[in-house]
Amino acid sequence: MSHNLQLNSEGKLKHFLSIEGLPKELLTEILDVAESFVGMNDQQIKKVPLLRGKTIVNLFFENSTRTRTTFELAAKRLSADVLSMSIATSSTSKGESLLDTIRNLEAMFVDMFVVRHAISGAAHFIAQQTAPHISVINAGDGQHAHPTQAMLDMFTIRQVKKDFSQLKVAIIGDILHSRVARSQIQALNTLGVPEVRVIAPKTLLPAHVESLGVKVSHNLTAGLKDVDVVIMLRLQKERMTSALLPSESEYFKCFGLTEEKLKIAKPDAIVMHPGPINRGVEIESRVADGPQSVILKQVSNGIAIRMAVMAMAMQKPGVLL
Amino acid sequence: MSQIVIQNGQLIDPANQINRLANVYIADGKVVSVTDEPVGFKADTVIDAQNKIVCPGFIDLSTRLREPGHSRKATFLSETVAAAKSGITTLCLHPDTQPVIDTPAVAELIKELAKKANYPQIYPIAALTRALEGTELSSMLTLKQAGCVAVGHANRPVKNLLILRRAMEYAASHDLLFMCRPNDYWLGNNGCAHEGAFSTRYGLPSIPEAAETIALDQSLELAELTGCRVHFGQLSCRRSVIKIHQAKKYGLQVSADVAMHQLHLTENDIVPFDSNYHVLPPLRTVADQQYLRQGLASGTINSICSDHQPHDLDAKLGAFPETEPGISALETILPLMLQLVTEGVIALDQGIAALTANPARVLRIESGALTVGFNADVCVFDPNADWQVNADNWKSRGINTPFWGRTLKGQVTHTLQAGQLIYSLK
Repeated sequence: MSHNLQLNSEGKLKHFLSIEGLPKELLTEILDVAESFVGMNDQQIKKVPLLRGKTIVNLFFENSTRTRTTFELAAKRLSADVLSMSIATSSTSKGESLLDTIRNLEAMFVDMFVVRHAISGAAHFIAQQTAPHISVINAGDGQHAHPTQAMLDMFTIRQVKKDFSQLKVAIIGDILHSRVARSQIQALNTLGVPEVRVIAPKTLLPAHVESLGVKVSHNLTAGLKDVDVVIMLRLQKERMTSALLPSESEYFKCFGLTEEKLKIAKPDAIVMHPGPINRGVEIESRVADGPQSVILKQVSNGIAIRMAVMAMAMQKPGVLL
Repeated sequence: MSQIVIQNGQLIDPANQINRLANVYIADGKVVSVTDEPVGFKADTVIDAQNKIVCPGFIDLSTRLREPGHSRKATFLSETVAAAKSGITTLCLHPDTQPVIDTPAVAELIKELAKKANYPQIYPIAALTRALEGTELSSMLTLKQAGCVAVGHANRPVKNLLILRRAMEYAASHDLLFMCRPNDYWLGNNGCAHEGAFSTRYGLPSIPEAAETIALDQSLELAELTGCRVHFGQLSCRRSVIKIHQAKKYGLQVSADVAMHQLHLTENDIVPFDSNYHVLPPLRTVADQQYLRQGLASGTINSICSDHQPHDLDAKLGAFPETEPGISALETILPLMLQLVTEGVIALDQGIAALTANPARVLRIESGALTVGFNADVCVFDPNADWQVNADNWKSRGINTPFWGRTLKGQVTHTLQAGQLIYSLK
């Protein structure tokens, strides 16, 4: 279903909800289109008229700074009119349902929704319910998917490593609650990365994580061996209180990325993090700010990827970008 | 009073070990003969059942009709029409109505609503604890006298095992059956999908098998400790079937049922984020489904229920975890049973027994058989008729079924409840 829902009758991107079901060619196209936008960051006029006259609404039911800002900038650089709404609590407290919020905005002649929501499946639901001319971009739904984050990570990996087909990638941390990890794993597998590892204690891994196509390790030292890309995930503070972990310090001792631990990976390994970083919890500053870190590059690339996805989802049938 | 004959049908009555061409003679609401025409019998209604199967009316151990309290979703009137159309003549109602079935007044209200809907054979299941809060015992004996057929706790938890023990002891003192849907509240973790490949892929809060099996173990231990008869409902996983098998072998007075959809759907069938597949217990793996099917074939699981839960549209309109669980399931029960026969899981008389004689035995009621002197609860169906699940053919107020749009084989043509023709196919 997600396959059909995301693509139009010509097989082009209509909604971007999840990596699942999208072919390798399409993911590569997203990366290539983003590539063409990257140069714009250095130009004096950082704007193209691709989405002039279009209205995009950023609908954030969950708080976010970086994702919302980069989506907003991406829309503006495509010359769209953009409206950002943070409705983290206000709409539900007024008793308005998700559907009513969408219906009301539809009535204001919106062309695209960028949605972040705390419940898995919310973006799919909106894509199913919304008027046929509207595109929906998932900016993170519950623990399900965060496909633009995954694609900007793929973009960053390709920038540095050029080729996916020889890589070993390790994802470390709270996989269980991470929509980022789920989308990254699907993207890495689709793009042909031969080995994806997840490294975490059992309490932070979904019960059948190997069914996603990954190797599982509970030991950071063993898991980092020969790795080309190290992806750290943010650890939410509330994991301590919900009996998933004993303490931050014990977590750092076992799974925190230090300079010393990083030496186990390949010497040219890159370190990534979707942010925001908990310094001293999952990663030490010397690594986060060190020469192997590409964390800020990820943030910059976020704009180009989001421009690419928005432009592709809004292109008219038959017209090439 | 009226005299009815149902003639030329293939009579299948598992309780009486009948499977042959026969006429069923009914007078004054009772079965009077299934062999020769009684002397002086003069039928004022003749039902021709040629090329059809005649069997006892179905008994559903697990339904919700949404009244009292949630008539927005469905009513006794809408759902009893759906039940009659499905060949179901007896319904057991979970106590999680509003108000909860924990006083004789509510039990009587249900009897009253049933009578008004012209479908009197509705048995309330009394709440095991007051308001289903799991803290104080309900007045079980009074509720039994008011017509409750068993005690149960719907899907609500009794978190304190000492209270569960006392409640089961008290139920046993009055020879009341405890109908239990095993589920550990904490391990269930407010999940909405089986803890497996599907929930992992889609990032959905998940429910492990252990949520069911640990609760099952606890209730089995308490069944032995207290001597309470326990019927386990809506089992969903492999290890539950094994545990029930062992408990029966050990000599405990326990029985079990499975919801029909669990025998046909697994997590692999779920259309991603389609709320019609949101059901509790969740759809599990192919291995679980195979064990449930084997358990049914071997008799470890002796009954099939519908676990009917009609919903209004809004309840199912939302992101998957936020929608309400449950399937509107009365009307698909016969075709889905016949599909099990077609697939070679069970024989036809076994399938009919799982919907008639066996649930009657669980409830210890005089029903589920066409025994002379019993109420004439009869279902006549055409096993080869196809029909499509769509708005034209659907009676339940709830259209929340994953089978919507499918063409199914097997259609009820007549339903009699205590000799009253409550449904006939136009």
